[in-house]
Amino acid sequence: MSTAMQSYEGGSVSVDVNFSHIALPGLDASHGAVLYLDDITVSFDGFRALNKLSLMIETGELRCVIGPNGAGKTTMMDVITGRTRPDAGSAFFGQTIDLRRFNEADIAKAGIGRKFQKPTIFEHHTVFENLELAMKSDKRVRRTLLTRMNGDEHSRIDETLTLIRLSDSRQRIAGLLSHGQKQWLEIGMLLIQEPKLLLLDEPVAGMTDEETERTAELFLSLAGKHSLVVVEHDMAFVASIARKVTVLHEGSVLAEGPLATVQNDERVIEVYLGR
Amino acid sequence: MRALLTRLYGTRGWTAIGVCIVLLCVAMPLANLVATPGSAFHVSDYFVTLAGKIMCYAMVAVALDLVWGYAGILSLGHGLFFALGGYAMGMYLMRSIGTDGHYQTELPDFMVFLDWKQLPWQWWNTDQFWWAMILVVAVPGLLAYAFGYFAFRSRIKGVYFSIITQALTYAAMLLFFRNETGFGGNNGFTDFKRIVGFAIARPETRMSLSILTGLALIATLLIARTIVTSRFGRVLTAIRDAESRVMFCGYDTSRYKLFVWTLSATLCGIAGALYVPQVGIINPSEMSPANSIEIAIWVAVGGRGTLIGAVLGAGLVNGAKSVFTVLMPEYWLYVLGLLFIVVTLYLPNGIVGWITEKIGWRGGDSRMASKVGIAGVRPQQTPPVAGETAR
Repeated sequence: MSTAMQSYEGGSVSVDVNFSHIALPGLDASHGAVLYLDDITVSFDGFRALNKLSLMIETGELRCVIGPNGAGKTTMMDVITGRTRPDAGSAFFGQTIDLRRFNEADIAKAGIGRKFQKPTIFEHHTVFENLELAMKSDKRVRRTLLTRMNGDEHSRIDETLTLIRLSDSRQRIAGLLSHGQKQWLEIGMLLIQEPKLLLLDEPVAGMTDEETERTAELFLSLAGKHSLVVVEHDMAFVASIARKVTVLHEGSVLAEGPLATVQNDERVIEVYLGR
Repeated sequence: MRALLTRLYGTRGWTAIGVCIVLLCVAMPLANLVATPGSAFHVSDYFVTLAGKIMCYAMVAVALDLVWGYAGILSLGHGLFFALGGYAMGMYLMRSIGTDGHYQTELPDFMVFLDWKQLPWQWWNTDQFWWAMILVVAVPGLLAYAFGYFAFRSRIKGVYFSIITQALTYAAMLLFFRNETGFGGNNGFTDFKRIVGFAIARPETRMSLSILTGLALIATLLIARTIVTSRFGRVLTAIRDAESRVMFCGYDTSRYKLFVWTLSATLCGIAGALYVPQVGIINPSEMSPANSIEIAIWVAVGGRGTLIGAVLGAGLVNGAKSVFTVLMPEYWLYVLGLLFIVVTLYLPNGIVGWITEKIGWRGGDSRMASKVGIAGVRPQQTPPVAGETAR
């Protein structure tokens, strides 16, 4: 682990659930961009999952990414979170953190949170324990062996439980939650990690209309304080939150702009929307 | 301190441990050394040694449960760490024979037989008990650390990991079979005379070793329990259930696995060191793959992810083995195989898991134990993203 990454571990531990801090010490977003992908190429056995993909996310932005199956949306997230190494191109978090040089854990510590397409929570832990494990804290072996939860951490978990409306289920085994609740728990796990950039892969899949609506509200309230990248197929949901939309196709950006503009783009209609 | 005690076990649990200590330290010595043979309370020397031996196995089972039941890492090579601890102790015991051996030289008999003139380098300082004790912990620990470091860095998981551990113990067995390795070849070490000055065959010595083993087993259980009830333990089970999520939460999972893996190996080494003076022999067959598989069977029978199940499984299976190998030795392997099949098919969570389900008892970590598929892979869990990268 480089010293640049370690500087985050000492980052301020704040209790507010407003998550109102965008720039914890260490992340240099002085040029406005929190995420910067340039000419990223990823090939699997000759198949180009990403083909010279370039994307820039500004600090506090809420960006929706859409595209047909196989467009490279998940691969893009894999590159950002350190799961897949790009064959070519550069990926920066802020101005200084070269994402290609770090592993998943380091990137998560630096402040990128990821929600998987299929809700991925710890099914055999309680809701409370799920949040305890995700919470921003010292995550080295020695600390977790000896640590005892303090009041501060307790109240952070309580506040997050309230936010994701699972206060009544805190001692339930997470595997017993409904699909929508699991999605919310995972979002809660993301938030309690206090990331600066959230990557959300189909966050409203399997949610009821009401839950979807509340999720949209939540995301809109997060934007500005956090930067969000939302991959979604549900166009109604996209329409309800989108400010700027990026359309991916065959591993590169096909179109970018406000939803209305993108929806009227000839090429987009051809590959995706107009079928 | 009080908080830690209540975290580990409830009142009933601590009472049970207290009863075990009394049985071990008071009842067993009285019944063996004071009660006359023939009286209803008499316990034979054979039983004392058998109990000591089985408690060594139980320690290994708890150590395996720690990595298999909690971290989802199935090792089929734990017999190796056990044997290495045993060999380290064995070297000290060989040196303690002094000139009382067959050839009446300072060199161990097998070296004289091989016409060696001096001790090989591995035997340096092994006449010192403290040095042997360091080796007991350090050799299995360092080997496990080095092996685990590369395996976990390379993200080797599941059956691949199991197969490599199996190959590791097999390779070590072949190595130890060679006379040139310096550990007595296929005969290993035997004919021990004394340990820290006490005659090894005396009933009092055997009793002391048995008691010591029992206390070591209880200590192992408490250490393991401390670990699994800490946040570290919750991270471990989370790694077992959804490793990617743990990584994306900012945990370096390979370090967590490496820690518990190395600890488990050292616990096995200590168990092996207690085992050798009691059974009086150590040879490379302890490293045979079948032995390591048997350890996994004890844990599976007792119930993974429960710790106490590991003790129970080791006790039951080895108790049954002692009975069968006396009554009808040729059938034991069939019984063992059958037992494994029955447990896999009908008691997937082992005996403790089954009891927990039946009576709805929710003490201990029962929920941790439930629904862990064979080899620690939960059927309903799919590893996220891995297969979807090219979607």
